[in-house]
Amino acid sequence: MADLHTNFLGVSSPNPFWLASAPPTDKQYNVERAFEAGWGGVVWKTLGEAGPPVVNVNGPRYGAIWGPDRRLLGLNNIELITDRDLEVNLREIETVKKNWPDRAMIVSLMVPCEEDPWKNILASVAQTGADAVELNFGCPHGMSERGMGSAVGQVPEYIEMVARWCKQHSDLPVIVKLTPNITDIRKPAEAARRGGADAVSLINTINSIVSVDLDNFAPEPTIDGKGSHGGYCGPAVKPIALSMVSEIARNPETHGMPISGIGGIQTWRDAAEYIALGCGTVQVCTAAMTYGFKIVQEMIAGLEAWMDEKGHATIEDFRGMAVPNVTDWQYLNLNYVTKARINQDLCISCGRCHIACEDTSHQAITNMVDGVRKFEVIDEECVGCNLCVNVCPVDDCITMEQISGTDPRTGKPIDPDYGNWTEHPNNPSVQREAAE
Amino acid sequence: MDSGIKFRNDGHVKEMQAPKKKFDLLIKLLKASLTTTNGRQEPSHNGFSEGDRAMAQNRVSPDIQAGRLPADQYADNFDDLHAPFDRHEAVVEADRCYFCYDAPCQTACPTSIDIPMFIRQISTGNANGAAKTIFDQNILGGMCARVCPTETLCEEVCVREAAEGKPVKIGQLQRYATDHFLETVEQHPYERAAPTGKTVAIVGAGPAGLSCAHALARNGHEVTIFEAREKAGGLNEHGIAAYKTTDNFAQSEVDFITDIGGIAIRNGTALGRDVTLDDLVANHDAVFLGMGLPGVNDLGLDGDDADNCIDAVAYIEKLRQTDDLSALPVGRNIVVIGGGMTAIDVAVQTKLLGAETVTICYRRGQEQMNASEYEQEVAQTHGVTIRHWLQPQALVRNDDGDVTGITLEYTAMNGKLSGTGETVTLDADQVFKAIGQKPVEGLFGGVSLDLSGGRIFTDDDRRTSHDKVWAGGDCVAGGEDLTVVAVEDGKIAAASIHKRLTG
Repeated sequence: MADLHTNFLGVSSPNPFWLASAPPTDKQYNVERAFEAGWGGVVWKTLGEAGPPVVNVNGPRYGAIWGPDRRLLGLNNIELITDRDLEVNLREIETVKKNWPDRAMIVSLMVPCEEDPWKNILASVAQTGADAVELNFGCPHGMSERGMGSAVGQVPEYIEMVARWCKQHSDLPVIVKLTPNITDIRKPAEAARRGGADAVSLINTINSIVSVDLDNFAPEPTIDGKGSHGGYCGPAVKPIALSMVSEIARNPETHGMPISGIGGIQTWRDAAEYIALGCGTVQVCTAAMTYGFKIVQEMIAGLEAWMDEKGHATIEDFRGMAVPNVTDWQYLNLNYVTKARINQDLCISCGRCHIACEDTSHQAITNMVDGVRKFEVIDEECVGCNLCVNVCPVDDCITMEQISGTDPRTGKPIDPDYGNWTEHPNNPSVQREAAE
Repeated sequence: MDSGIKFRNDGHVKEMQAPKKKFDLLIKLLKASLTTTNGRQEPSHNGFSEGDRAMAQNRVSPDIQAGRLPADQYADNFDDLHAPFDRHEAVVEADRCYFCYDAPCQTACPTSIDIPMFIRQISTGNANGAAKTIFDQNILGGMCARVCPTETLCEEVCVREAAEGKPVKIGQLQRYATDHFLETVEQHPYERAAPTGKTVAIVGAGPAGLSCAHALARNGHEVTIFEAREKAGGLNEHGIAAYKTTDNFAQSEVDFITDIGGIAIRNGTALGRDVTLDDLVANHDAVFLGMGLPGVNDLGLDGDDADNCIDAVAYIEKLRQTDDLSALPVGRNIVVIGGGMTAIDVAVQTKLLGAETVTICYRRGQEQMNASEYEQEVAQTHGVTIRHWLQPQALVRNDDGDVTGITLEYTAMNGKLSGTGETVTLDADQVFKAIGQKPVEGLFGGVSLDLSGGRIFTDDDRRTSHDKVWAGGDCVAGGEDLTVVAVEDGKIAAASIHKRLTG
C-alpha cells in the first residue's frame, strides 16, 4: 500500500491534503472535525495583529458560477481574515496541535508591512506549538486596500523584505502564499526565495466579479445594492494555478523550492497533478466548502489506489515528474502528427464534434455517410486540434492518434524525427541565419 | 341475487376481513360468485362449454355500477399521471440535454420542434421563450407535451437513450415551458397579419383543424370551424385519457389558439347533417377537412349492439365530459378488445373507476400492439392484464340480451393471422370495443374526393383531389393517427392554402 506521508519543510503529515487558510480553518471546532475526517493538516485562517479584530460584511460574502446540474465550478468571496480575537485563535491553535500532534498545523498571518507587527505575531505563534507559518500576501480584497494581502504580494521587494523579517524573528519554517493577480508569477516567487522563505504556496484567489444582478445592475454578491470584486477559487481556477506552479517549478531561480499547491483541487487526481508538477503538499478549500470534510477520504483512497497501480511507494516517487515535460511552445515537436479517431461503438451520435469542427474549425468531421447520420473524421482535413475530443460528451469516445508515413492533409511525408519551430524553415530567424 | 351485488362492490374486500362467523353466508356467496365471474372453463368445440351455457342462463344482470370507490379517491385517481415539473426539476432535466447537432429528437418530431433550442432556453431561465420556440412549430405544443407518445418519437431517439438508456424527458420539459407561458403570459404570442378578405371553412375543431385555423388566421384569413360536437377540441377534449390532460386543459388550449382572432367555431354543426360540403366549397375560398374518424369498428358478432358492449371512444368521451366520475357506471369485470392507445386509455380508466379486473385482449403479439411499450406498462402497473393472440369469437349473453362474457379464439401467425380453434371464455360485465375508428360514408354530398382505404387521399401539401379542399388528421390516408401528426397536417395544409389564396 502506498505511503501518503509527507515531509514538507520538516513538517510531517499523514497525507498531503491540507485545508487551506479559509473559513473551514477558522476555529477549533471546524479543524478538529477536519482532522477527524482525515485531513493531513490545516493552514489556520489568517490571523491579524492584536487589538480589535477586523469586521466582516453582514450581507452575502460568497458568489459562484455553476455548471450543469448546478455543480459549483467557481466560488468567490469578500470575506476578510479571521474576525475572531487573536488570543482565542492562538489558544485554540495550541489546543488542537496538542490534541492532534501528527497533523500539520500551519498558521497564516497578515499584519501591516512593518517589522514590529511581524516580529510580535511570530513570537505569539511560536508559543502555540504550530509547525510553520504562511504569510498571506494574497488576498485581493479588503485587506489589500489597507496595504496588506495582495498589496504586498504584488510588490516583490515587499515580499522579500517581510520574508526576511520573518526568518530573522522566528525559527518556524516560512511559507509565502502568492497572489495570482500579477503578470509574472516567477517574480514574487524569486523574491520570496531571496528573502529566505522556505517555500511558496499558490495560488491565492483571483480578482473576480462572478456575476451581475441584472435586476439591480450590481455585482454579486451584492451588499445593499453594491458589490466589490472578490477572490475567485474553485475548480475553474485549477488550470491557472497549475500553470503558475509549473512556472515556479521550472524557473532556474526557484527550481527545487518547496511548493504547496492550491487552486481548485476537488479530487485525488487534481492533487496528483499538482504533485506531479512539484508540489509537496496541496491545499484544499472550495471542495470542502461544497461537500464537507468527508471528501478527503475519496482523495486519500483515490491517490493510494493510483499510486499502487503505478507502483509509486511514496509521494516523493512521482513528485515533480511532470516538470521536465513542461516546455515552451517553440520546443514542441512539429513532426508529431495526430488525427482524431471516433469510436463508433461508443458514439451516441450527438453530432457536437461535427458542428464544432464544421462551424468553428476545419470541416474535418462528417455528419452523414451514405445517407446515414454518421460522424467520421476526414483525415485530409483534420489538423489534430483535439476540439472534437473536448466537446464530445462521452469519455474516450474520440481519441487522438499519432500517424506516420504521409499526412493525408498535407500530402507530405511525416518526418519521423523530432523537429521544432526553432529549426523550422518558416521561422524568420532560421531563414535569417541561413541567409547570413 | 341482490346480495351478490354487495359482493361485487369493491368495498366488499374489507368486509371479508371481518370476523368469520358474521360473514359465513357472505363467504359462501362469494365463492359462488367467484366461480361464476372468474371461473375459466375448458373450451368445447364451439367455444361454449356446457358450464358457460348453464351459467349464462342463470346469471343475473351484469354488474355495472357507479361509485365503486370512496368519493375522495376519484380526484387522486384521475390526477396527472406524471406530476408536472417544477422549476428545479425542469432545470436539472434541461441540463441533461447535449444540444445535439441536427438533433435526432427534432427530426423525430412530426412538427419539427427545435427541441435542443427550447431546452436550452429553459436551462437559461427563459421558459416563455422556450414555449415560443415550441409554438412556432406546434401551436398545440401544450397538448402534445401531454399526449404525445414521446417514447416512440423524440425520446426514443434521444442520444442519452443511446448513452445511458435514459432519454431527456422532452415531453415533460415541453409541458413545463408551455404551461409556464400559458400561466404567466396574457398576450397571445402571435400577431395577425392584415386581413386578406379570404375565408376558409374548417370541418372539425380537433388538433388538425385548430392547427390549420391558427396558421390561417395568423396570415389574415377569416376562418370558420364547423364542429359536430358541442365542444371544440376533438379527441383532445373527448378521446384521450383524463389523467393525461387534467384541469380542462383541452378547452384552455382552444381558447389560447382562438385568442389570435379571426377564428369562429360553430359547435354542434356536423358535416352532412347541418352543413354540406357543397355549400362550404361554394361559400368559402378554401375548405379544410379535419373531422377525424367518427365511425367505430364493430366486433362483427351477435350482441355487438348490446348496451354493455361499448364503443371505447364513446365511453371515454362520456368519462371526459362528466362532472362527476363517481356517477359514471363501470363494470366489475372488464374486457377490452384492441391493441392501441384507445384500448389502453379505456382499460386504465375503467380500472381507475374501480373495476375489479380489466383484461385487454389483442389478436396479435405484444410487438404488434399499436400502444407503445410505455403505454402497455402504464396499463400493467395500473393492474390491467394484457393478453395477446386472442380474437373475439362470440359474446356470451344472458336471457335479457346483456353481454356477460366473451369467448375468444387463440390465434397464431401461419403466414397470415388465423385462429387455432382453441378458445377461452372470459366473464365480462362490460366489453369495450377499441379496434379502430373508421370514416363515416356519405359526408361529402355532391363533392367527389378520391379516397384511399376509405380515408381521404391527399398529396404532400394535404390537398385532396378537389382543388378547393384540403384535409388532414385521422380522416386522411397515411401517417400515424396521432395528435402531433394531425397538428402537422393542419400546419402544412394551412401553408398550402395560404399560398393558393395569396398567390
